[in-house]
Amino acid sequence: MKVKLSSLLWMLPAAFLFFFFLVPLGNILLVMATRSGVVSTNAILQPLWFTIWQAALSMLLTLALGLPAAFVFARYNFAGKGALRLLTTLPFILPTVVVAAGFTALLGPRGLVNGWLMQAFNLQNPPIAFMNTLGVILIAHVFYNTSVVIRVVGSALVQFDPRIEEAGRVLGGSPWRVFREVTLPLLRPSILVAALMVFLFDFTSFGVILLLGGPRFATLEVSIYTQTLSMLNLRMAGLLSFIQLACTIGITLLYTRLNGKRSVPLMPRLRGETVRTPKSIFEKTTVGLMVAVLIVLLVSPLAALALKSVLQTDAATQTSNLTLAYYRELFINRNDAFFYVPPAKAALNSLFYAAVTVLISVGLGLTASYALVRQRGLKRWLDPLIMLPLGTSAVTLGLGFLITFNKPPLDVSSFPLLIPLAHSLVALPFVVRTIQPALASIPASLGESAASLGASPLRVWREVELPIIRRAVMVGVIFSFTLSLGEFGATSFLARPDTPTLPVAIYRFLSQPGAMNYGQAMAMATLLMLVCALAIGLLDKLQVEGRGSVNSDL
Amino acid sequence: MSKLEIINIHKNYEGKPLLKGIHLSVESGETLCLLGRSGSGKSTLLRIVAGLESADRGDLLWNGESICDVPTWQRQFGLMFQDYALFPHMNVSENVAFGLRMAGMKKVEIAPLVNEALELVNMSAFAKRQVTDLSGGEQQRIALARALAPHPRLLMLDEPLAALDRALRLELQDELRGLLHKTGIPAIYVTHDQEEAFVLGDRVAILSDGLVEQSGSPEEVYQAPKNRSVAEFLGMSNFVEGKVVAVEPLRVETALGILRPSKCTKPKLKIGDQKLILIQTTGAELETTQDGNNRIHGIVTECFFRGDDFKVTLNCCELFFEFSLSERCEAGQSISIQVPDSSIVCLET
Repeated sequence: MKVKLSSLLWMLPAAFLFFFFLVPLGNILLVMATRSGVVSTNAILQPLWFTIWQAALSMLLTLALGLPAAFVFARYNFAGKGALRLLTTLPFILPTVVVAAGFTALLGPRGLVNGWLMQAFNLQNPPIAFMNTLGVILIAHVFYNTSVVIRVVGSALVQFDPRIEEAGRVLGGSPWRVFREVTLPLLRPSILVAALMVFLFDFTSFGVILLLGGPRFATLEVSIYTQTLSMLNLRMAGLLSFIQLACTIGITLLYTRLNGKRSVPLMPRLRGETVRTPKSIFEKTTVGLMVAVLIVLLVSPLAALALKSVLQTDAATQTSNLTLAYYRELFINRNDAFFYVPPAKAALNSLFYAAVTVLISVGLGLTASYALVRQRGLKRWLDPLIMLPLGTSAVTLGLGFLITFNKPPLDVSSFPLLIPLAHSLVALPFVVRTIQPALASIPASLGESAASLGASPLRVWREVELPIIRRAVMVGVIFSFTLSLGEFGATSFLARPDTPTLPVAIYRFLSQPGAMNYGQAMAMATLLMLVCALAIGLLDKLQVEGRGSVNSDL
Repeated sequence: MSKLEIINIHKNYEGKPLLKGIHLSVESGETLCLLGRSGSGKSTLLRIVAGLESADRGDLLWNGESICDVPTWQRQFGLMFQDYALFPHMNVSENVAFGLRMAGMKKVEIAPLVNEALELVNMSAFAKRQVTDLSGGEQQRIALARALAPHPRLLMLDEPLAALDRALRLELQDELRGLLHKTGIPAIYVTHDQEEAFVLGDRVAILSDGLVEQSGSPEEVYQAPKNRSVAEFLGMSNFVEGKVVAVEPLRVETALGILRPSKCTKPKLKIGDQKLILIQTTGAELETTQDGNNRIHGIVTECFFRGDDFKVTLNCCELFFEFSLSERCEAGQSISIQVPDSSIVCLET
């Protein structure tokens, strides 16, 4: 019997996910069950409890800011709206180390605010001690996730037929009652979905807690990291991973169920008919205030980061002057320190890993998309399998890799491709969610008519299908590249001391004393931020030109 | 005194004038049909009356008092939207009860009123159904029940039948007509369909280019459209230029011969005036004798059966006219028809 080669396409992504996702996860369970190691209930319950309540608190704060922001975005036109909207997409792609460095630059002991205060009031010590507090963790989480609320609730609001509210008003409902009895109940599913998504992100937060929270705060993620790398208690780490996994899968399932019920059944008849220019003083104040808060929240840490990367402060005189010294230092190789790796080398590592990640994730993403579109039966199991890594924390992935690939040829300490393999696992769901819809939108008759005009299957692909999905593939490429450049959770497990990536190097420089280390961390983080901003710009351009969209899938 | 008076309403939309000074009134118990092409501003006028939008200039009086500053939710007007805008998170009776709840009624008072409203539209059996499960016609009835339940002082309907298929539209049209008369609530009915407007309206007002072109009873408007634009909007197409040759009685000389218009929308004509003449398609008869008035000769270019009559296209000296006749003619045949004076209207130019 002749088997069509293309009907075996699914085996490639399936094998990848089996070896690099299911096997490592299975090994975590195995390690948990078989390894020896002290298991202390306190070391489980404490981080679990902290993880839950910090995530809940972060979520509430995020909703408190995000919901009014979503309303302002969905209902009003204002100057600079497009730029602000683009700005709110930045956190989707910004690495945690960059954000952590940004908040350090703004509010840390050497940060801008403390610097100004010391200068203004002639103080010897920084007056604000905001680093390593719960406050800075919460603010960073709000920074990250306000965009999620704006996206999810905002898109529901934009789809909301204004006539539904008008009908309420004509029937005698005051604006407040119509909001309470008509608008809010219809938005409730979207608000719940957004809240759950934010909760999940905060629940699995790693970089923010590790970098900004300091040793006093440990979430499950941070505990897995310290149990593995500092205490070498793999049994404990495995157990924590298992608990983490159970929680995230539970949240993800709940999310999937709710997300299905989310659609608002009515659409406005005209595009943008719900949007208007603020007229009354109350409206103007609300919109202005909201825009100002968003700008301060989103821009100030990033601006502080960029500023601190070119600002040298003289400790004795408390004066600052502009300098490019930190950037210059990045390229100087000082081999005197133990395990010192010049930042430029770390950047090269990162670029290499990112390139490999693009190859693997887009290659597998294309294969999986074709398989899913051609063979409908696969949708039942292959699609959820590909999406599963989304609900798994990066730290758990890192741990799984660490305990699975510990002998040649796939050894963490000698095989360099494990990092891009881990990154590909994280990137693959997004790539498939981008390429597959584009592919599915091509009607079969297109290829058939090309074939009837004499095109071979290869030419059909090259001249008909590829041009149509090219934009989606580009989106996948940019997205997986940027994701790999900034990934910190899994990388922190897998990067060898002598081959750090850029985020790992930033983390190291940030945790070492000295103005030069600090300055270099700022410079590296600024460069990473610029790359991300460029990526967002490109993605936005691709989105404006076509309909393929990454962010709407997030 | 009129119930509602719309005085000199102006409204710009995206910088362009949409309404340029609308004057209209609605008497108590009367249904006024606003007829106009899409984009003529009729829906906007309705939204201004409802308070959903504000006019740039002009005034709205209810029983002689200005209501421009009264917010929508205090006007006690009912509005039925084109796509109904039912609340998707409420069932049928909750939708109908909404306005009653907003009026501050208690549960025990609301229930019988909801039933009454549902009975009025023959939907009592649907009280517990989800509105998302209803067909278009059913949704339409629920939207009407919801608008009627709080006993509004004025009912406004914005193309309520536009989304339905023709058979259902005709059925609901008759039902609506009965309902409007039964409840006696003054109503403004917006439509672009002249047939609907004629069936439902005690009075019709034709909106065009931001102004009320003509208003009156359906018969008045149909029998004597004021100008070419109104006539064309009503589906009339037989126009011919002419010169007034006598005024008492009126005689107009045209390419078709001397015509005797029985109606003229503008009095005080002088001999020698150039006028546009409208010839209605109805009332014409095939003529075999050689005398009589308003006789039109021509060659049949097309004739087809329409059920009640035959539609005949006549070529008269390279001008084309349509008539409805009771007998079949053959294409190419040369015929003469006679049109009664009442079917000939002298239009404003």
